[in-house]
Amino acid sequence: MSGTPVTETTLERVEQSEHLGRWSGKSIPRKEDRRLLQGQGTFTDDGGHIHMGYAQFVRSPYAHARILSVDTARAEALDGVYATLTGAEVKELTAPFFQIAPEPGGKIAEYCLAVDKVRYQGDAVAVVLADSRETARDAAELVEVEYEPLPVVVDSIAAAAPDAPILHDEVGSNVVWHGVYDYGDVEWALQEADHVVKIDRLHFHRFSSTPLECNAAVVNWDPGTGIVEIFSNNQMPMFASLVIGPALGIPSNSLLFRSQDIGGAFGIKIGSYPQITALALLSRKAGRAAKWTEYRTDHMQSAGQGNERTFRNIEVPVMSDGTILGFKVEAFDDAGAYLHYEPLGAVIWSQVVPGCYKLKHIQVDFTETVSNKCPTIPNRGYSRLQHLWMIERVIDIVAHELGFDPVALRKTNYVQPEDYPYRTPNGCVYDSGDLPRALDMALAAIDYPSWRQRQQELGTGSGKRIGIGIGTTLDSGTNNFGQARIINPDLPFSGNGEAAYVKLDLYGEVNVNLGTTPQGQSHETTAAQVVADILGMSPDAVSVSVGFDARHNTYVAFSGTYASQFAVTGLGAAMGAAEKLRAEIIKVAAYALGAEEEEIELNDGSAYVRGDEERAIPFIGIANLVYSNVAALAPEIADSVSLNCRHVYRPPFEIPDTETKTGNLTLTYASQTHACVLELDEDTGAVEILDYAVADDCGRVINPSIVTGQVHGATAHGIGAALWETFEYDEDGQLQQSSFYDYHAVTALDVPHIKTSHLESPSPFTPNGAKGMGEGGGAPLHAICSALQDALGEGAPVVAESHNHWERIYRLLHPESGALRGVEVRSR
Amino acid sequence: MSDSGTAHAVEVTINGERYERTVLARQLLVHLLRDTLGLRGTHIGCDTGNCGACTIICDGKLIKSCMMLAVQADGAEIETVEGLAADGELTTLQKAFNEHHGLQCGYCTPGILMSATYLLRHNPNPAEAEIRRAIRGNLCRCTGYVHIVESIRAAAASAAEEAAR
Repeated sequence: MSGTPVTETTLERVEQSEHLGRWSGKSIPRKEDRRLLQGQGTFTDDGGHIHMGYAQFVRSPYAHARILSVDTARAEALDGVYATLTGAEVKELTAPFFQIAPEPGGKIAEYCLAVDKVRYQGDAVAVVLADSRETARDAAELVEVEYEPLPVVVDSIAAAAPDAPILHDEVGSNVVWHGVYDYGDVEWALQEADHVVKIDRLHFHRFSSTPLECNAAVVNWDPGTGIVEIFSNNQMPMFASLVIGPALGIPSNSLLFRSQDIGGAFGIKIGSYPQITALALLSRKAGRAAKWTEYRTDHMQSAGQGNERTFRNIEVPVMSDGTILGFKVEAFDDAGAYLHYEPLGAVIWSQVVPGCYKLKHIQVDFTETVSNKCPTIPNRGYSRLQHLWMIERVIDIVAHELGFDPVALRKTNYVQPEDYPYRTPNGCVYDSGDLPRALDMALAAIDYPSWRQRQQELGTGSGKRIGIGIGTTLDSGTNNFGQARIINPDLPFSGNGEAAYVKLDLYGEVNVNLGTTPQGQSHETTAAQVVADILGMSPDAVSVSVGFDARHNTYVAFSGTYASQFAVTGLGAAMGAAEKLRAEIIKVAAYALGAEEEEIELNDGSAYVRGDEERAIPFIGIANLVYSNVAALAPEIADSVSLNCRHVYRPPFEIPDTETKTGNLTLTYASQTHACVLELDEDTGAVEILDYAVADDCGRVINPSIVTGQVHGATAHGIGAALWETFEYDEDGQLQQSSFYDYHAVTALDVPHIKTSHLESPSPFTPNGAKGMGEGGGAPLHAICSALQDALGEGAPVVAESHNHWERIYRLLHPESGALRGVEVRSR
Repeated sequence: MSDSGTAHAVEVTINGERYERTVLARQLLVHLLRDTLGLRGTHIGCDTGNCGACTIICDGKLIKSCMMLAVQADGAEIETVEGLAADGELTTLQKAFNEHHGLQCGYCTPGILMSATYLLRHNPNPAEAEIRRAIRGNLCRCTGYVHIVESIRAAAASAAEEAAR
């Protein structure tokens, strides 16, 4: 076997806090709710500035065109217009955005407005600032842009062809990244296998979780201080700072990001940094703040869409007992017109190389291209759900083609409970889990045997079909940013972390402030739960600062809310800071009470001497001694406490091996196992979900109700994507779904009741046993495709698309005669 | 303001309070609420009447305030989310959303609360299917609707219990 050796990273079991338990693990109602239920949240469009204009971007109607001229004279002549900004000015004023890609992709010169060419329908060529949003819109219509249309490419495989129209001349090709991930010895496995299942093509479509609140920002370039104040709903402000600062040529501490309530983000709101850059320039030029809120059509066209991936020439070696040895595949990822956060998607999927299975021999030939479509941006389940969907399709197709029971085949190949911590072929460590039990729980919840029986009873001739599907998935959380080096070895990124402050205020109040930018994930509540446990008080008495403010929140460059990690990184930071504050409180209390530190306990906002609860000092007394009565404290104690405690949680990562593309890429692996029952109408392709169940395992649960809510939300997104939600471009690169009329975001009638059950396999590697779990791994896409394949039965075409609206289901039910099934089996 | 279009005087009563304002012909009711009157609990999510974040009750009818011009609201009685807990005490419905985790980011919540308030006013004991139909015009991208349905059902049950007392 010629496989490359795997980097032997070591991960040690982490000592977990002894203080958690009284409040952690309970479904306490959320601290966030009171303001939000009364319409008293502050979202970005609720904000403003005393001296402000409204911005409107001018967008290209063409998917690919040369910009011959941009004339803003008529717009500027309109009464109420403060300023305009064009790509030509931007090129003079800024440097191109930093690129993650190595060359050739790294040669892309992207500015915050299109300069010489537009590369997708919706590409911004200019921006206007005016005294009202209506005037700004009128003025944008008056900006005259002359275009010379160019040939368009909207498919990743076509874009990679040598004769394709080139988007970025400086790159010389549309291929922005290519690499082969090769683990074990797949050629040996294909030779030795009893069967080889070959699947022609699987295609994972474009969609977006489309947060209900669009992107928005109020940006003010203060001429006196040079500070750029940014009140926005960007969910990764430190990443935005790293990109915007060098583009504008200003230090990162001149960019003051602030946010309060964010109306959903799901990854999409990582992508607003180009617009924020343009707004900063516009504000400086106009001498007033620039407020921008996307219209929904702006959002659909240009905010960012999830990664589209085409898999072809899939070969799967299978033994006669059902053991699947691995797979070989070519993957083409379509990043859209520019690389926003990409090409990180070309490595992020490798956090879950074998999916939930003990596959050993895997080769993925990965190509990422640009195309004349909206740039992609990480969307819930980013890059892993595409890969996991492909693996789940492989499992079901193998079961169908070779006559294995899909439940038994999964159980045979799952990573088993006794295998954890399980090292994958590329060196990732799956921390804990019990996949067979999770599958049993999901199947029990839908009463699997009775549906199988009803499926049989239904037989043929009823005009209906029942399909039962399974989707097992992983939600890998807490990235090792060192994986970026597998894409570009020169990138100075690795590890991960998050920061928090916990302090005792003047009257002994406890205040927590986080580096995160929550969008519904309930950070105020769960942070209060763990801090309350450590400081021996009620979460009601713990105040958590609302939102993020770079002026007084603490942060590291990884700060933000993305990628399934708050329960580990964010709570890890809050717990560490609370432990430090606890130690300081105990130190002061021991002095004040004339006791040993070991004798001090905390309860209900007081420190007391164990066994003698009369000897106590409330937190207000501690605060008094440190802040306003400091001469009463021994100097050596006064000098050693601050009651302002900062902690940075840092997971124990090492830098991956970029040669072998191996290393520990993620700290935790939550899992979700979905089971669903579909009914298809043979005459129309109409589909109805008859039953739906999820078994969730995200390690130790801090707040069960909140976890369940996240599971439901991720499930709804997956159901939407599988049956309703898609972004499609015609051959001219025109987006077909640019409002909620055409893009059918799922309603309460489309999402069924979701039966949810939990098992807890605590992570041995995190300070609280929890795992990040917000993204969910796209399991409904896996489960619904699985159910469709099941309903179609023997001899049917392969369900090769992740999105299956009724028309497509009809065609699967009624394939043209002689049409290829998309699969073949070679047996020894 | 340089906006084209004529100005019109409108008088509206919102959550029991009377307002007189001059609005432009093309101003939407939702912008009168949010921008002119500063009642920012009513949100905007789509501009096309699909998402329901701007749902309010106008003259006893449930409407989407982005689908109505401000001038058309002249003389109307309007209820918005700000009017629910007018005395600072959360309504039974709002409490149920808190107890059953019926909201995450909270952006759709004001619209959902108005749809649910309207539902329970006309159908105090709705079945699950009726609840789902009643909020089908409100998109929520966070919850998958499961806890929203539970919250509304629980609110109906609590109200029935209170009434029986």
